[in-house]
Amino acid sequence: MFHRLLLAAGLAIVLASPARAASPDEISALRAEFDRKFQSLQADYEARLKVLESRVQTAEIKADNAQQDAAANASPPPVSSNAFNPDISLILQGAYIDRAGGERPITGFMPAGEHAHGERGFTLDHTEVVASANVDPYSRAFVNLALADEEVEVEEAWFQSLRLGHGLTVKGGRFRSGIGYQNEKHPHAWDFADNNLMYSALFGEALKQDGVQVRWLAPTELFLELGAEVAKGQFFPGSDGGADKNGAGAWAAFAHVGGDVGIAHSWRAGVSYLRASPREREAFLDDINDFEALTAFSGRSSAWLADFVWKWAPDGNPRQRNFIFAAEYFDRDEDGDLLCQDDSAAGGACLGLTDRYDSAQSGGYVQAIYQFMPRWRTGLRYDRLDGGSVDLGANGAFFDSADFDPSRWSLMTDYSPSEFSRFRLQFARDKSFQDDPDNQVILQYIMSIGAHGAHKF
Amino acid sequence: MKHLIAMSLILLGLAAPAARAALNVLSCEPEWAALAQELGGDLVEVSSATTALQDPHHIEARPSLLARARRADLLICTGAELETGWLPLLQREAGNARIQPGQPGYFEAARFARIIERPTALNRAQGDVHAAGNPHLHLDPRNIARVADGMAKRLADLDPANGARYAQRNADFQGHWAAAMARWEQQGARLRGAPVVVHHRNLSYLVDWLGLAVIGELEPKPGMEPTAGHLAELLETLKATPARMVLRAAYESPKASAWLASRANIPAMELPYTVGGSPGAKDLLGLFDDTLNRLLQAAP
Ligand SMILES: [Zn+2]
Repeated sequence: MFHRLLLAAGLAIVLASPARAASPDEISALRAEFDRKFQSLQADYEARLKVLESRVQTAEIKADNAQQDAAANASPPPVSSNAFNPDISLILQGAYIDRAGGERPITGFMPAGEHAHGERGFTLDHTEVVASANVDPYSRAFVNLALADEEVEVEEAWFQSLRLGHGLTVKGGRFRSGIGYQNEKHPHAWDFADNNLMYSALFGEALKQDGVQVRWLAPTELFLELGAEVAKGQFFPGSDGGADKNGAGAWAAFAHVGGDVGIAHSWRAGVSYLRASPREREAFLDDINDFEALTAFSGRSSAWLADFVWKWAPDGNPRQRNFIFAAEYFDRDEDGDLLCQDDSAAGGACLGLTDRYDSAQSGGYVQAIYQFMPRWRTGLRYDRLDGGSVDLGANGAFFDSADFDPSRWSLMTDYSPSEFSRFRLQFARDKSFQDDPDNQVILQYIMSIGAHGAHKF
Repeated sequence: MKHLIAMSLILLGLAAPAARAALNVLSCEPEWAALAQELGGDLVEVSSATTALQDPHHIEARPSLLARARRADLLICTGAELETGWLPLLQREAGNARIQPGQPGYFEAARFARIIERPTALNRAQGDVHAAGNPHLHLDPRNIARVADGMAKRLADLDPANGARYAQRNADFQGHWAAAMARWEQQGARLRGAPVVVHHRNLSYLVDWLGLAVIGELEPKPGMEPTAGHLAELLETLKATPARMVLRAAYESPKASAWLASRANIPAMELPYTVGGSPGAKDLLGLFDDTLNRLLQAAP
């Protein structure tokens, strides 16, 4: 191609010159002219070639794109009938635990449920099964079952409205109460391997309600949420006896406010109130002879909770580093009657008396979690409860008066290979059981498989 | 008495909202906020739930977002499972019936776009794969044009009184956009076939549109943080098949790309990824102008 151009250019010059013998001067002038014309032709040709090339490329891109468009449009997303199946996830959380054995209830506090004895050694803990889906355009349903040997516990089973609008959301069934901050979080979403002392003392694990919850979100710039719940009230601090009636055995109300400070900080604060009316709520308490006495409380239990959480991430992007601070506080009053029976047949101190029981107790926790690099976090938590005042009336003679404030320090580090798995090592200095402080080590894993839903703030 | 009436009229006037935008729009990502602003002009009041420096996969449904979702007339998101970690929560907890899935007040860009990289098999061993295909669809400007058509119609559906104005604004936008695309394709023609390393598959649409050739990813599996072992392997690959540059989005950590780029002796280029990701990416036009500039600068 280029040679032919060269030839043509040469010919043109030859033809253009007059047909006579040329002098050396003329020849060198001719050669210079030839070189100049040749160079300009070459540059011109190269420029044209470049334009052509880029046009071909653009055309190629366009053809490619058209082809891909057609291909993409020809294959609609696959649809199968099991797309209607609920989102299902399974969460495994086991541990190796090193701690003192035996029953170690929180000294001075009525044991809330059966969680007083801690497992040790290797444990599966419990496995969560979660299923959720929209029922129809108007509501959504959610089930969370906790599986352990020979038992299935219905942790949650509720429906939630989707289309009420005006900031209103209604939930019905069994749900984790909206009070406090940690209450709605399931153990796999906790920042420590075990529960804080506040929630252990108040609810055992967390307050579950069988009933109805209404939440209202205000149409304001500031996040403002108000909620109320009425429930059966069979779970601690309520009791089966208190729940056996028409109407509600427990009710709760809460208010949360929150917002952002700049792009890097966000926060939420709240107050909650819970009222339950337990009847013959049974609990075992150690008497002065160190025998387990069976007690039954009937009366009124009311608690105030305050919660605050503050989160930080550079540029609001938590992927690399982030920090979470959370603190909660409670104040609980219980007034009523306590029956104390000698349960061990021989040696127990109680005489089957029923007399007043008035207690005013409080406590809380403060914790900070820092993700210092991707996948790695470390956290510190301090728990402290105030034994407060407990008036047992005539039954007071059968119990040591405990002037003791339970407390605990916990330090954890966790490693998350992905957002679906986490390994955690935790050390704790536990002083929640009077006269027997304990050093505890927990090595825990959390694995979640299936469709894993979003966690709340 | 007259004074009283006058006073109350003035007070009423003060209390009445000043000429308010017709639609309150909340977008999940900045690119859709920018597009809604182009199409809605002063008829819409737009805000974005995330910034260009935040990873759209990993956002929390924090209180301020719930408060904004509560008041939105229209929620615009990418869809295709990009926001599964936070958007469902936002929709459920906001108590706003208008923005629920299936309602006109919820707009998913992915429904109007050409989706690539649909997985043929789903297994978390493959990492955090997006089951509905790659959701980072806005970096193909042809998708922006497609989504704009859908969005303009939706704005008109929600605010029929101004329907003609949305249609007119879309027609103007499409005109400018087509001209800009021709310019970018012309500029980008010489990038065709250029071998590159990317941080995450959030640049796949850009790569696909410009015809770049991805020869490696910094993430060992989609969504997984880069590891030292994987980067070392990648460096070996680059010795046999050299790349022209290492690309990443503004919200991604520069560490892994800096490590690889310095050892492979190629430039590490941060791309704005979305509107606001660089000083030049002030709007959608700026986003692509700046992206092309940066690519051309890294591959002279
Ligand atoms: Zn992605």
